[in-house]
Amino acid sequence: MTLPTKARYTWGGDEFLFVEIAEGMSLEANFVSNSIANALEARSLAGIVDICPANASLLVRFDPDKLEWQELERVVHELEDEVRASTEKVLETRIIEIPVWYNDPATNETVARFREGYHQRPEGNDLDYAAEVNGLADAEEFITRHHESPWLVSMVGFVAGLPFLYQLVDRPQQLEVPKYLSPRTDTPPLTVGYGGCFSCIYSVRGAGGYQMFGSAAAPIFDPTQRLADFADFMFLFKPGDIVKFKPIDETEYLRIRAEVDAGTFQYRQAPITFDVAAALADPDGYKLSLLEALNGI
Amino acid sequence: MAFDILEPGLATTVQDEGRIGYYRYGLPQGGSMDQYAATLANRLVGNTVAEAVLECTYIGPKLVTTTDAVIAVTGAPVDIFVNGELVPEYERISLVAGDELKFGVIKGGTKYFIAVHGGIDVPVVLGSRSTYPIGAIGGVEGRALVAGDLVPVGAAIDNGLAVLQAIQPEDRPVYSKNVNVRVMLGLYDHKLSATGLENLLGREWVLTPVADRMGLRYSGPGAEWTEREQPFGAGQDPSNIVDAGYAVGSIQIPGGTQPIILHRDAVSGGGYAMAATVISADMDLVARCAPGTKTRFVAVTMEEALEARRENTARAARIWS
Repeated sequence: MTLPTKARYTWGGDEFLFVEIAEGMSLEANFVSNSIANALEARSLAGIVDICPANASLLVRFDPDKLEWQELERVVHELEDEVRASTEKVLETRIIEIPVWYNDPATNETVARFREGYHQRPEGNDLDYAAEVNGLADAEEFITRHHESPWLVSMVGFVAGLPFLYQLVDRPQQLEVPKYLSPRTDTPPLTVGYGGCFSCIYSVRGAGGYQMFGSAAAPIFDPTQRLADFADFMFLFKPGDIVKFKPIDETEYLRIRAEVDAGTFQYRQAPITFDVAAALADPDGYKLSLLEALNGI
Repeated sequence: MAFDILEPGLATTVQDEGRIGYYRYGLPQGGSMDQYAATLANRLVGNTVAEAVLECTYIGPKLVTTTDAVIAVTGAPVDIFVNGELVPEYERISLVAGDELKFGVIKGGTKYFIAVHGGIDVPVVLGSRSTYPIGAIGGVEGRALVAGDLVPVGAAIDNGLAVLQAIQPEDRPVYSKNVNVRVMLGLYDHKLSATGLENLLGREWVLTPVADRMGLRYSGPGAEWTEREQPFGAGQDPSNIVDAGYAVGSIQIPGGTQPIILHRDAVSGGGYAMAATVISADMDLVARCAPGTKTRFVAVTMEEALEARRENTARAARIWS
């Protein structure tokens, strides 16, 4: 995977600079985007309003009364050059385990409500369809592929705290699933979704176009900040987090829900240093070392 | 001190200047859709620009004030009644405890704003009182008003300015069924076909009823995207991109059919290519448009956008002096 040597700079009106690292998704493009975002943050430039790293691009909101647009472009170009020249390609982050009840009745009930006019294949459910378009034997095989390798939070957004997730496997191993033909008007919160090469976890109820595979058991956005994991901030995820999905059954799902209701639930997580070069060179071996970090706690 | 809500209206929410700085977590900026109109109401009641107001959509609330209050209503033209008597819009209005405020039928636009001296005093969440209903934060319990709500009003403040009794007619927003909206091309405009670009800028578009705080959808001649081999992870349609951040005000055209302007409560990112962005000076203008408004998108340069922004700033400075 080789990136374009220069990003594309363009303007979203007079308050937004858009920097496209690459048209296609890759771990390299995501790393460049996040690294520029972090470097820009560290500059603490007056007039920067919001820095939003995305999958393969970066959006910067600025106040043109306080920061001249030419100056912003100059600084970001400079940071892009620094990031590309740097040999340091590691990220201090964490791996966090997300329990998911795959193929659960509640998700399938929503799936059944949006078939005719919404979905490519009205018969069966979204998992059956995803398995078929990826040439897998059945839904079970797709589920295994979905949770056996970890994912990188490559972007946070769309709605409050929603993570876009990119699986840390070789390109040929990556699953790709079309989005719904027409977006649903409803998606239950904590639905695990899939569109293009990205997985997501819907943080709040609302419209959505990703295929639906299951329900995460615990909140990822908690405006009441009742649970310990949200004591400092109402959003669980930030770009660069590594996620390991853990398949659970109904009994464990209900046990976790009870812990959430009691206010005692805490996510299993461990700090890690994410090494992009190592992850790209040997995805399978690197996956094991990531999982060791999680299982060592 | 509070407003006792007898009838909530269609979609009445608490709004202020917006929740800035959390876009990277997917929180929209929110805030009054027509910032200029909302600040006029704040100016009349002796607030600063930062106080929260009630934003009314088509049908406003019926409410009773529990104490004496100074209020003002600005924005879309509408009849205002205090205890059944007509009172003027764009003027300072004194209420006494027990007075009832209600509204007639809107006569243009979609949104008007009620400011009260002291501001609407709901808790500040992440730097703002603005309501974000999808995430259930801000405003009154994170939602639009319902009957029975007691909406708290803040204590008296001193903004250091002379009392302004009324907004001069030339300073009031205009509600037209025919508008030119200035945009800057960019983002993914290079992926539009020549005809697509020509249609976007050269033809007339009509605002559909699919218009709210999140976005406004237009019908018209269509604006097709060039067929291409889609990049990895982007999705099959030529209007799809690898999910990216959305500029507020950006115009996406899913499937090349109906352009959508993303407004203050829009999603922060997604997988549809954007072809242009409404300049910051014209975002209020877009918010004033009612369904059926004939719209032309006029391309301007960054320098022209900044000049329009300076004109708005100068007008605000005059009103706030």
